Amino acid sequence: MTEPVLRLEKLCKRFGGLLVTDEVTLDIMPGELHAIIGPNGAGKTTLINQISGLLASDGGRISFAGRDITKLPVHLRAALGIARSFQITSILSGFSVLDNVALAVQARCGTSFRFRRGVAQERALNDNALAVLDEVGLSGSAAVRAGALAHGERRALEFAMALAMQPKLLLLDEPMAGTGREEAARLLQLLHRLKGRFPVVLIEHDMTAVFALADRVSVLIYGRVLASGPPGEIRADPRVIAAYLGDEVE
Amino acid sequence: MSRLHDARDTPMRLAWPLAREIFPVVLFAALALIPALAGLLGQQYVLSLFGRVMIFAIAAVSLDLLVGFGGLISFGHAAFIGVGAYAVGILSSHGLREALLSLPIAILASALFALLTGFVCLRTKGVYFIMITLAFGQMAYFTASSLAPYGGDDGLTIAARNTLAGFELLRNQWFFYYLVLGSLLGTYLFCRGLVDSRFGRVFRGAKENAVRMQTIGFDVYRFQLTGYVIAGGLAGLAGFLLANATEFVSPAYMSWQLSGELVIMVLLGGLGSLHGAIVGAAAYLFLEEWLSGFTENWKVIFGPMLVLVVLFAHGGLMGAWNAVVQKVAQLQPFANGAPARD
Amino acid sequence: MNAALLIVQVLNGLQLGVLLFLIAAGLTLVFGVMNFINLAHGVQYMLGAYLAVTFYDLTGHFLLAAALALVAALVFGLLLELLVFRHLYYRDHLDHVIATFGIILFLNHGVKVVWGSAPLNLPIPEALSGSVQLADGLLYPLWRLVIIAAGLATAALLYILIGHTRLGMLIRAGASHAAIVSVLGVNIQRLFTIVFGLGAMLAGFAGIMIAPILSVEPGMGDTVLILAFVVIVVGGIGSIRGAFVAALVIGLVDTLGRSFSVDVLRLMVGPSAARTIGPAIASMLIYLLMAFVLYFRPTGLFPVRGR
Repeated sequence: MTEPVLRLEKLCKRFGGLLVTDEVTLDIMPGELHAIIGPNGAGKTTLINQISGLLASDGGRISFAGRDITKLPVHLRAALGIARSFQITSILSGFSVLDNVALAVQARCGTSFRFRRGVAQERALNDNALAVLDEVGLSGSAAVRAGALAHGERRALEFAMALAMQPKLLLLDEPMAGTGREEAARLLQLLHRLKGRFPVVLIEHDMTAVFALADRVSVLIYGRVLASGPPGEIRADPRVIAAYLGDEVE
Repeated sequence: MSRLHDARDTPMRLAWPLAREIFPVVLFAALALIPALAGLLGQQYVLSLFGRVMIFAIAAVSLDLLVGFGGLISFGHAAFIGVGAYAVGILSSHGLREALLSLPIAILASALFALLTGFVCLRTKGVYFIMITLAFGQMAYFTASSLAPYGGDDGLTIAARNTLAGFELLRNQWFFYYLVLGSLLGTYLFCRGLVDSRFGRVFRGAKENAVRMQTIGFDVYRFQLTGYVIAGGLAGLAGFLLANATEFVSPAYMSWQLSGELVIMVLLGGLGSLHGAIVGAAAYLFLEEWLSGFTENWKVIFGPMLVLVVLFAHGGLMGAWNAVVQKVAQLQPFANGAPARD
Repeated sequence: MNAALLIVQVLNGLQLGVLLFLIAAGLTLVFGVMNFINLAHGVQYMLGAYLAVTFYDLTGHFLLAAALALVAALVFGLLLELLVFRHLYYRDHLDHVIATFGIILFLNHGVKVVWGSAPLNLPIPEALSGSVQLADGLLYPLWRLVIIAAGLATAALLYILIGHTRLGMLIRAGASHAAIVSVLGVNIQRLFTIVFGLGAMLAGFAGIMIAPILSVEPGMGDTVLILAFVVIVVGGIGSIRGAFVAALVIGLVDTLGRSFSVDVLRLMVGPSAARTIGPAIASMLIYLLMAFVLYFRPTGLFPVRGR
């Protein structure tokens, strides 16, 4: 039996009196695309923030590749290979598209405590970055200021930055949100291509995407995992239908 | 491979890339010629005025590094000038007058102070950061004021300027002027290189989006602390030069009013261009010289002027200059392309 | 060090604390609700003192002078808000800092032009001058007790205002969610103006109360301002409760520190060393305290949620 890449054990998070993450226990297996669905306010983003380290957990344990990372700071988790995207796309708007990705490459390639040589000239970083941009289809915009990109392109840039980290786990927080049909289709294609390379945790509301991509689906209601299993099983689960899917099932 | 250009996050993106290279050259050339001008006019006073401008310019450049590139609005930067100056003063009062000793000590002392205070400050953000740097600046000021053996409130007169390798070179006004100019040039070039380096890109990225930088794998705190210490050390250099220039040190060198004036200099010149800080320092000090000729209470005029600048003039002097350059560039066709960088 | 001296210094510490609270309260409210850093708050305190002196010179009657000064301070504060601050609320903090710094320069030197640079004085009202006997051989100035009482009364009034009135509810809501409050149909600009006016009055009031025991001179607001900043940073920006607790703590630490640091150090390092470094340590104490608090709680002791 293979070891899970990410293991959450009874993870908790409290905001004042409100228990937002309620003893969540979950395993993410190597190579799987694991979707987390649930109504708004169920605590999905909070969970992602706990996994990536932006929020400290109030209880429970997070293990990554067998190692306890519950108290590890954000940047060290990233260095271990945990990459993420944000619900509201988070990029470096004032930098060029290339620089955004090159920075992600820079983070894992040698020390950044170099004070003299111009970084824009570093061939290795730039070539690497361009290759990643190629994969997401943005190499034509390498010199464009990131803030000038269209919404879908910014999402793609965020993907590129995550890919440039050569992640061992990718956390995606509603990547389809706000995208038009064409962009959504392109993102879907991209996700299909990435599937299997590394485990992905995908939070989504777009059920077409979820059921097209996911190997397993977990349903989060009021911070608790209601059900977890293959998409077919989840779709048919009466508890899930009652609590969330309802008439959304197509 | 598509054309690469460095899209630096500075409020002034020079329309005419060459201008970014030409302006500082012209600036430093002009500064180098000032002594000749002073000699011609027979005005030694000009030499000391420009010397003072350049010393504060060093501090302003180091502050621009923090504010313009790092997004760290430090309102206690004068403390580092003061620590550097007091290092010189204290060593001098104990008979240690050698610059080769005082200078590294001054820079290290300021850098150490920056490390200790930055350690706490950088755990805060936004307005907390502004206020805590202000408070630490005050702490330095009050500590210096209570150092009775070193003059306390009244300050400490330094018997004479430092010696250099045993020689009384700094007493020569011309030598001292070029020493200051050399320091300014060195500071400027160092900061330019720093900003373009690997470190610099992370530092700038942290200003742009610190959370993103962390989730890519950068320990933002460590980078910001390093930048803070570097800026502190450079301001210590300014302090060393200031103590030698005035042959006097006083707690006033650490006052929060001076810290505020440094921020104004940087803002006036235009954030994020480094040579803008030099221009801002010059503009501020010249304005001070000129206005105080009219009335002792020139700040009554200057205060509202400042408010108006903030309300209406974004980008400071360099911003205005760039706007002009842009207009001129639009009137002339010029050959394609950003020149190959550096 | 005897008990009498200790009691006197504790009272002095409370008086300083209460004064700091009056100033910090306005500062923290303005920042909490409008997200506006007002460096010029210190000069509003100074103006209160100067106006009290002038009105006393004109009327010869302390209470009347105080009332007029309070009104004048309010009017002046509202004028500042109308002419300058209103345009800055949605700008970034650097702009606030520079603009209010400019106001400080203008007013610090402006008062020199109007009143001259010589320190001025306001006599304590007859009935309240003199000392109170707290214990055998222990006399304490009555006016300082009045300040403490006034400060505590103001704190109580603020507590009622913020916690139990409609305005207070709006202030609390505005502190965390100004945009939402405005969408709910509340005139947000009017709320801002009221909050600013309140802050100006508190600062002016502090200035009026302190004028009889401190010399009124240009720049008197500057040191107090920095202390007020330390108070609100330690207390938690936007929190009146935090400002109250932090103000009292800082007032006590600073006063007791200055009085007893040399004595305490003497026990540790000997008299001459104590005399040299004692004052330096005393002036550093509250900043060390601030650093200590902020290291463990970067947003202060009572941070307001939503910031």
